[in-house]
Amino acid sequence: MQERELRDLIADVKTGRLSRRSFVQQMIAVGLTAPMAGMMLAQSGVAMAQTTFPYKPTKAGGGGLLKLLYWQAVTLLNPHFAIGTKDQEGSRIFYEPLAGWDAEGNLVPALAAEIPSKENDGLAEDGRSVVWKLKRGVKWHDGKPFTADDVVFTWEYARNPETAAVSIASYKDVKVEKIDDFTVRVVFAKPTPYWADAFVGNYGPILPKHVFADYIGSKSREAPANLKPVGTGAYMFVDFKPGDMVLAKRNPDYHVPNRPQFDTLEVKGGGDAVSAARAVLQTGEYDYAWNMQVEDEILLRLEAAGKGKVTITPSGNVEFIQLNATDPWTEVDGERASVKTKHPLFSDPAVRQAIGLLIDRTSIEKFIYGRTGTATANFLNNPERFRSKNTKFEFNIEKANAILEAAGWKKGADGIRAKDGKALKFVYQTSINAPRQKTQAIIKQACQKAGIDVELKSVVASVFFSSDTANPDTYPHFYCDAQMYNTTMPQPDPQLFMNQYVSWQIANKENKWQGRNICRWQNKEYDELYKQAEQELDAVKRAAMYIKLNDMVVGDNYIQPIAARSRVSAVKGGVTAHFSGWDNDLWQLANWYREA
Amino acid sequence: MGKYILRRLTIALPSLLGISVILFVLLALAPGDPFGELATNSNIPPEVAAALRVKFGIDDPIYIRYLRWLAAMLQGDWGFSFASRIDVDQLILQRVPTTLFVVGSSQILALAVALPVGVYAAMRPYSIFDQIANTFAFVGFSLPTFFTGLLLILVFSVNLGWLPFVYRADIAATGWQWAWEYFKQAIMPISVLGLFQAASYTRYVRSAVLDVIRLDYVTTARSKGLNEGKVVIKHVVRNALIPVVTLVALQMPAVFGGAIVTEQIFRIPGIGSLLISAILANDTPVIMAVTFVFACLVVLFNLLADIIYGWLDPRISYR
Repeated sequence: MQERELRDLIADVKTGRLSRRSFVQQMIAVGLTAPMAGMMLAQSGVAMAQTTFPYKPTKAGGGGLLKLLYWQAVTLLNPHFAIGTKDQEGSRIFYEPLAGWDAEGNLVPALAAEIPSKENDGLAEDGRSVVWKLKRGVKWHDGKPFTADDVVFTWEYARNPETAAVSIASYKDVKVEKIDDFTVRVVFAKPTPYWADAFVGNYGPILPKHVFADYIGSKSREAPANLKPVGTGAYMFVDFKPGDMVLAKRNPDYHVPNRPQFDTLEVKGGGDAVSAARAVLQTGEYDYAWNMQVEDEILLRLEAAGKGKVTITPSGNVEFIQLNATDPWTEVDGERASVKTKHPLFSDPAVRQAIGLLIDRTSIEKFIYGRTGTATANFLNNPERFRSKNTKFEFNIEKANAILEAAGWKKGADGIRAKDGKALKFVYQTSINAPRQKTQAIIKQACQKAGIDVELKSVVASVFFSSDTANPDTYPHFYCDAQMYNTTMPQPDPQLFMNQYVSWQIANKENKWQGRNICRWQNKEYDELYKQAEQELDAVKRAAMYIKLNDMVVGDNYIQPIAARSRVSAVKGGVTAHFSGWDNDLWQLANWYREA
Repeated sequence: MGKYILRRLTIALPSLLGISVILFVLLALAPGDPFGELATNSNIPPEVAAALRVKFGIDDPIYIRYLRWLAAMLQGDWGFSFASRIDVDQLILQRVPTTLFVVGSSQILALAVALPVGVYAAMRPYSIFDQIANTFAFVGFSLPTFFTGLLLILVFSVNLGWLPFVYRADIAATGWQWAWEYFKQAIMPISVLGLFQAASYTRYVRSAVLDVIRLDYVTTARSKGLNEGKVVIKHVVRNALIPVVTLVALQMPAVFGGAIVTEQIFRIPGIGSLLISAILANDTPVIMAVTFVFACLVVLFNLLADIIYGWLDPRISYR
């Protein structure tokens, strides 16, 4: 998709010929995120929609107890220490950021009075700063007022490496200034097109200065408030047992009128995903269950009990296969898969193309992921296809055979193709997880029919996803021909996501396999364009660049997307919850309600 | 006696030290580390992940880490959990009451079932009652707790809807309401654990009583004209229970250690579930502390069992 096409689409949104929703969907289809699409529209003069959440209760309180079930228990309640989503969710009950992202890429203010824009002079023309106006009259749970000092403090707290905050990346390269008690300015070191990072979403919650002031830096671990949060959220802290449960009660001074409805809140943790689904969908013991990593078949069966339903929220996660660009079986300078080598089979583009044709995405969706993972057009480079409703994935064994035949890979007596004495055999690894093993089997079978011999390997998840530098079976080592996992987009801005393919990020022995380019694909043109995109201020031009970057990677067939995996949660009947794939599940907890 | 205890304790020290070395080295060699999740998160720059590793001292050589852990442990500092960033002793203490209640009650239930059943079965060996008791005991300890647990959930929670299957340590109610709720949620895990334990205890009690009931002094007691109840309780059970007491004493560490599988199924916030979630999160300080405390308890209760044995049976002397 070129810049001009994007501009045409945006013009369509402006005149109302194209709905905001379908524009966002098209952007997701070409690999961009909803928040990014929203920013593009905002910069082109299509104002962010004022998202309103349906909320029926007419007064705060009176809703009784809301019971949430997390099969991975919350272990800490400081949003800036929250490693996994479970801890982010737990913290989000008490703390709020300036704004959050809704499903269609709108920024929704929480502690901000309004969303910065060019019209309200919030965004500087040169892209070097953004001014946030803060909501007035907000009180911390201990009664102290919320002011700009708290926002500035949060920045100081998170950017300090000694604090060891996991949110540091959002704060270390910016400067935050207080203009007055209810206005702050975020100043960027260089022109920054994506300004809504610090103080927004998962890593954005504001901490109270008067509570955390003495615990900045190396003393951060000792703060009593790490376990007894004092926030601005709709619910106040009652009790917390790490790894077990969180109890909260309604905040009577909440800054949004008539909210929240529930008087008390209980978050229970532990157990497994299937029984958590059961507790909501089948027995109705709980009102909500988080992250239902359960086969769709089981979810459908549990839903049949009629006590609750499954909510599926699209997000940026993609299950995909990487083909190794380097040779994992030859050791050079003490490491395998060194960039000095080339993969003996995959360096032939015909082989990569054939493998792309041998992935039966439709069956994988139909028989494995069901509603929770749709076969994806994501990352693919033909825009016309996305506009058509009947996108078909090429799964074509004959075509794959023909391509291999034409490229000189001839079948031997054992039915396995070979060329120049190299047999078409490769090892394909992934983590141990039932849907993944089934996917492996489907692909192996198709490859067999095309004369490719695939050896399957599965590694325990705790090893596969670890950063252990000594273990050759981790995914960053990628000492294997092909591997499959799920990439998550932890940030709505694709900049960090796309650096997975720049040459300076290649994972190797030197950087202890911390580099993010795991498939070791290199392309000069890509590197150049990536650097340009980092500087580009025009949101539309920038989006066009990212689409092009995506196309380069996928067009080269080293990356094979399989399914877009959605966030799945279970909600009991009668309860209305509001989710967004670009923020925490509890981001709109204040607006949840129950109807009798 | 005092000398004996002192000698046992001095022997226990090096064995505890050895256990701690083995545990520590095993954990250090095990794959995975607590910052695996950080490495996969693109929002966290590698420098920060590296700084965290340095801060928590994970990249130092094993022996240095061990010595640091040992020095801190001797001063009563158990370290802190990487996952929740709070002190391990606090984390464990929070779990102790629940574990004591659930596992403790299940042991009491086990004894309450096993003692009468075992004794009665031994009094009438090969009678119908004995056959039935035996069959149930075999079935009981052949079925693993995760199976019976799921079975009970399926029957009583899903099909009948009588009992909740999620255990909540904090119930927002008072008085009878609280007690009733607590009883309702505890009944399934306690019976799963208790009946499993009861099955093996029953077998022990039966064979111990059988050994004693045919001895001459029992016949003497009977021929003195004592009634059957007195013979059994005063003369038979008293002597037969000596091996059973040892057995129960050796089970005591489990009361503190929790029941990993059952706790996981019913989401009981006990020490067992703490251990399993720490293992899954590679939270080394917590795993180390829980396993080490467990090791200490095993050593301690072994000693206790030996002492009780001598107290119950004066024929045994300590040298």
